[in-house]
Amino acid sequence: MLATKTLSVAAVTRSIRANIRTYTMIIALALIWLLFGSLTNWIFFEPRNLSNLFRQMTIVSFLAIGMVLVITTGNIDLSVGSATGLVSAVTAYLQVQIMPPVLHSLFPGMAAGPLGALNTVIAIVSALLVGLIVGLWQGTIIAFLKVPAFIVTLGGMLIFRGGVLAVTQGKTLTIYEDDFRLIAQGYVPNMVGWILGGIVVVVLVFVIFRGRQQRKEFGFTLVPFYRDLLKALVFSGLVAFFIFIMNSYRGIPNPVLLMAFVAVIFTYLANNTKFGRYSYALGGNKEATRLSGININRVIFTVFILIGLLCGVSGIVLTGYVAAGTIGGGTNYELDAIASCVIGGTSLMGGEGTIFGAIVGSLIIASLLNGMSVMGMGVFWQYIIRGLVIIAAVYIDVTSKRNRS
Amino acid sequence: MSETNDLILDIQHVTKEFPGVVALRDVTFPVTRGTIHGICGENGAGKSTLMKILAGVYPFESYEGRIVYNGEELRFERDSIRQAIAKGIAIVYQELALIPLMTVGENIHLGREPSTSGIINWNRLYHQTQKVLDEYHLRIAPTSVVSNLGVGQQQIVEIAKALSESAQILILDEPTSALTEAEVDILMGILGHLKERGVTCIYISHKVEEFFRITDNITVLRDGGVVGTLATKDASYEKVISMMVGREMRERFPAGNRVAGEVILEVRNLSVDSPYQTGKRVVKGVSFSVRKGEILGIAGLMGSGRSELVTTIFGEYGQNRSGEVLFEGVPVVIDSARMAMNSGISLVPEDRKRMGLVVDQSIIKNMSLPNLERFSGFLSINRNAELKACQSMASYLAIKTPTLQALVNSLSGGNQQKVVIAKWLMSEPKVLILDEPTRGIDVGAKYEIYKLMNKLAEEGVAIVLVSSELPEILGMSDRILVMHEGECAGIVERSEATQEKLMAMATGILAGATSEVR
Repeated sequence: MLATKTLSVAAVTRSIRANIRTYTMIIALALIWLLFGSLTNWIFFEPRNLSNLFRQMTIVSFLAIGMVLVITTGNIDLSVGSATGLVSAVTAYLQVQIMPPVLHSLFPGMAAGPLGALNTVIAIVSALLVGLIVGLWQGTIIAFLKVPAFIVTLGGMLIFRGGVLAVTQGKTLTIYEDDFRLIAQGYVPNMVGWILGGIVVVVLVFVIFRGRQQRKEFGFTLVPFYRDLLKALVFSGLVAFFIFIMNSYRGIPNPVLLMAFVAVIFTYLANNTKFGRYSYALGGNKEATRLSGININRVIFTVFILIGLLCGVSGIVLTGYVAAGTIGGGTNYELDAIASCVIGGTSLMGGEGTIFGAIVGSLIIASLLNGMSVMGMGVFWQYIIRGLVIIAAVYIDVTSKRNRS
Repeated sequence: MSETNDLILDIQHVTKEFPGVVALRDVTFPVTRGTIHGICGENGAGKSTLMKILAGVYPFESYEGRIVYNGEELRFERDSIRQAIAKGIAIVYQELALIPLMTVGENIHLGREPSTSGIINWNRLYHQTQKVLDEYHLRIAPTSVVSNLGVGQQQIVEIAKALSESAQILILDEPTSALTEAEVDILMGILGHLKERGVTCIYISHKVEEFFRITDNITVLRDGGVVGTLATKDASYEKVISMMVGREMRERFPAGNRVAGEVILEVRNLSVDSPYQTGKRVVKGVSFSVRKGEILGIAGLMGSGRSELVTTIFGEYGQNRSGEVLFEGVPVVIDSARMAMNSGISLVPEDRKRMGLVVDQSIIKNMSLPNLERFSGFLSINRNAELKACQSMASYLAIKTPTLQALVNSLSGGNQQKVVIAKWLMSEPKVLILDEPTRGIDVGAKYEIYKLMNKLAEEGVAIVLVSSELPEILGMSDRILVMHEGECAGIVERSEATQEKLMAMATGILAGATSEVR
């Protein structure tokens, strides 16, 4: 009895130590929130502000999700800001300049509603296509022509920004399709929010039970049932609490839902697929991975295709958010995306990093920006503080690693 | 001891442990000033660990015991290589640490360039370099680029670099492992010269005959402990060997009970160029064959093309390949590790940290890396199946770890090596190539790996063993292929092989005994 107790205590301490990085991050986030809460007379914690905060973080968080894989494989992508800007510009241009006359002549009798929806769908597809082309271009040069990612994406940063200027001709292209704006500006109806939350909980319980069943079939020892149950309860509670807060304003913002969806897919990709495993191994030791019979060029190529597609997604949300394609769209997003990863524990040496960490990282950055603007601090402070936080995060990472070894 | 009775270094009860392995156990011996003191022992005996303590790589308090240098205790902090240099301790590592694209002069003066207010005085730098080179009778220009020099010359440049003006003690770790006989002679000459100048030298090696050429005293290490320290003039070759080995050859290498079957892998006239330097042949027309259930040893000096040969067969080395590889009698073209694996060839690469493992990942992830196809459906990995397979492989190889989730970094060298072998056994190879499988692991772990090799051979796996340890090659192989400067110097049956004969072939003195093609 005593023995099992000490054993489980040991297991808990071990798991705490293994996840120390995650806890540090969450504690840092909590401290930042408390600080801003107390400094802003708790305006920061009002559902309206939290709703805005989560929506603000999404555009960069798509990029951060992709950036985790890029950095984990030992690469870097400096072009994501410009690429997002390019996607946004092309999407706006299509919607404003090209599609209305074309669609009008193709379907002369169609009503304005369906026409607008069609326009939106085409815009979304072409945005993803632009992202894909960006990924193909950079992925090919980096993976197969062996030009370092730093250089290729530095070039890409300039090339795509040039593309933005060419497409917009220096003007802001304002979109007026409501459907499109809703992608970034709309909310999930309260009822639908609760239903989605219910689905998440059911899926979670199903996954846990199936996992236990499978482990049993393989003859492995199971963790005590109450621990799985506790895990499910805590997670369900968090989901419910989040939906409750969002619903007390206007519901879950659409882009936040999209972000959660993308994050789940990429977490699965990173943890449960060969591609994910190869990416981490590649970042940890390229030579050993190559000698293990893995086509490392193909892995790197895929990583850049994925981040290209995510630039597409990010560009769509950006366009909907500002309801326009602008010449400065996406500027400096690459820095925020890289910073999110780094704050979230992705190692710039490669081989280490989680999607969840990057999401928390971009939430920390968004919180800093949001909190400082709620407080009415000058923009110059926002830059300086962000810079200092990035350096501090890496310093903590470096020292914790040194202590470990 | 000597007339002056002056100790420059006194090592007292030093014990150093790593997780799962005691590298040094209560090591005690004195080093007399002005002598050449040999430290010998096999790989894994603790020689390199001892040297790293003297160099300050392992800081004070990371080991037990005292090291008294010139009458005062050494207390190095972490990464205090500069402190060691400042105290006059100069070290030449086994792996050369020169910067290949810099000149001899720049390398020798790296970190102590003659300068005025930060601006390097190049004339003085090259002038001083010339003086040093003259002193060692080296006919190389101070301005020649290091990567253009031979290995032996580089070794001597390394010594020159280590010996600053104030060096009192020079520590050499396996300095001759890559040298030709002529280069060894030059090195010995330099050491004699340094001794006249009053520099004490600690000479670490596992080549016993070298001790009788130059040393005054010999300390023998085995399994991390001191077996004894004796004056060279009182020692004999046989005595040192028996102290070093501690047991008979028969006991060090488990006896196998295997019968060779038909030829499974045949290599005909294989040649390959270095991938880094077009036109530089590193393997020149090598032919050999391996049978099922046979262990073929490949011997040769460092740089003789051993590893390059096997890595080429594995499809992961070189350019301008020519020649033929036949697997089970059928010509095959293997261009990648994946193709080799699919044919049934596995390679355990020579440097496990650099080429074999992702050390910051778990044992399980390392083991399954080349084998994920087996556990994956269209999209996801079946982690339960993966764990199951890794568990059974880990118990087959007796990998010692609390959990398979442990990071490979936390394992001892021997267990790390087992993880690499496990990784390559999981694909159930028909030909298993092992490149230096026992480098840097302790004697017990070596024995286990030898037993495993025998077991696999008995099960009909053809094994190719590449090693720089001649006793290992002699103890384990059925036939031995000796490489010399990229060529096959000959293939000898174990019954006809002796250490002297293999060495003569490896250094090019003796031409091939038999060059059979079966």
